[in-house]
Amino acid sequence: MYQVFIASDNIVSPLGRTTAENFMQLRKGHSAVDIYPENHLSDRPFAAALFPPEERTDDAGTSFFERLLIQSISGALTESGLDPRSGKILLVLSTTKGNIGLLDSGSYVPERLALTASAEVVRRHFSFMHTPWIVSNACISGLVGMIAGLRLIRAGEYDHVIVAGADTVSKFILSGFQSFGAVSETLCRPFDAARNGINLGEGAGTVILSSDKKFSGGIQLRSGFVSNDANHISAPSRTGEELAGIIRRSIASAGLTPGEIDFISAHGTATVYNDEMEAKAIARSGLSQTPVNSLKGYYGHTLGAAGLIESIIAAESLREQWIVPTPGFENTGVSEPINVCSEWISRPVRHALKTASGFGGCNAAIVLSE
Amino acid sequence: MTHQCITSSSRIHRGVVWKNGDRVFTGSCSDAPSFLRSAYEHFNFGYARWYKMDSLCKLGWLAAELLLTGNETIRAAAPESTGIILANSNSSLDTDLKYAASMKEMSSPALFVYTLPNIVIGEIGIRHQIKGESAFFVAADWDSEQMEKYISGLFRSEVLTACICGWVDWLNDEYSALLFLVEKCATGSHLPFNAAVMDGLFKQSPNDASK
Repeated sequence: MYQVFIASDNIVSPLGRTTAENFMQLRKGHSAVDIYPENHLSDRPFAAALFPPEERTDDAGTSFFERLLIQSISGALTESGLDPRSGKILLVLSTTKGNIGLLDSGSYVPERLALTASAEVVRRHFSFMHTPWIVSNACISGLVGMIAGLRLIRAGEYDHVIVAGADTVSKFILSGFQSFGAVSETLCRPFDAARNGINLGEGAGTVILSSDKKFSGGIQLRSGFVSNDANHISAPSRTGEELAGIIRRSIASAGLTPGEIDFISAHGTATVYNDEMEAKAIARSGLSQTPVNSLKGYYGHTLGAAGLIESIIAAESLREQWIVPTPGFENTGVSEPINVCSEWISRPVRHALKTASGFGGCNAAIVLSE
Repeated sequence: MTHQCITSSSRIHRGVVWKNGDRVFTGSCSDAPSFLRSAYEHFNFGYARWYKMDSLCKLGWLAAELLLTGNETIRAAAPESTGIILANSNSSLDTDLKYAASMKEMSSPALFVYTLPNIVIGEIGIRHQIKGESAFFVAADWDSEQMEKYISGLFRSEVLTACICGWVDWLNDEYSALLFLVEKCATGSHLPFNAAVMDGLFKQSPNDASK
């Protein structure tokens, strides 16, 4: 069975255009989340991580969403040195809503709303040989894309799988989360007693997975699984057992024990129910002592890009030997004692667990190793 | 010797419902939502929640219900060893457009939650207590070979022992569902799980003679 390495990666976010730039901004304590008064995106104040207005534009041939994907894929491709026209490369795109922001304007070409139309724009830009796979699996889309890529490479179907995810903030999405009462008007507070909802964010992340041994000095994607709560379409599991099951399975499949996981990059959306469920799942998996962070206070919840952006920061943490803190966290507000990381920790780290959960009762977990 | 085979299939398309290749219901309603409702009521499935779902979920739920009726092995299996891998071409666009229209009045969380295509996986999972590996893919067309490769890999690596897979698509009044139940079984006892068999069932059209 082939080992799967991260050949290169990229984050395009309001904080920066490369992984290194993004990590440096986090080291400086900068967050992309700002507080906005009511505006064209919302009829009430909200906090979110947005690009500046001049960058949030849709051009005739390429939408804002597609441009983010192209910029991020381009950054990762250049770093990897791979030729996108190679038949051994597959592109996997992860997104929840793609071009749905076009609806906000009221004038749009209906065909441009299709995820397949965006995939074709991206494919044509780079001359990828194969039709891209598209994953649309709510907030775990990014991790599902990585897990699919892992399996396809292991099965020998492709040598390299480029997994790219993006989502943008629109009135459509913001109003939906607001209708749930799930959007905070201030900086979100993952796992904190005073948490009161998410900040939405926009951005793109790209990971190039490869079986090529020349990338073997880098981070390895060791394992990953998906589960479903089979409980409720918009509320998480009451016990966290379904997420815990795939956390245990991912760790075991990587040939590790829970004690060997150096930190957890959690989903940590800062909703009451998500964070409580995750804390239960982490405790059930024998990881109560392991440092846990949520990056939502830096990037907001970037939906289909979240699994990618947060996995890339986890990979960079393994490279730089820094565990990233959790902005917004002060006092624990979950029923299970977990070790939420609130300050930068410098120590040798080799193995990271990344988790995500989403609407539809879906959960995903992966293990990354240095 | 065991291998993956298709132990059941269901199809809902152009006013006709099939199970395992047999026509089991033909609708008389002209519009798609009325047809779907008439099909649901014909089979007396009695699941009050069905009426709250969006069209995509109603369609997928009904196809899954037909697929699993009479199957005891899935019910007895460990919930995490059965998976659901689905695809379509229009994601949740039908409900996206309805939600966008409703935003002008009052945004409804009950509608917004259906603006994700994978909710149909959640609905089927809740009904049948299926908790294993799942994924929702979007593609212009159904790709049997891609599905066969991906799902065979999940069996080979022992992630799953059974899987519901297929296509569930709904936009405006155009709809199509075709689901397969894939299980491990003795060679020769059922249709093998491969691209050619799936393509054959896909080509079945309402004009085919009723068996």
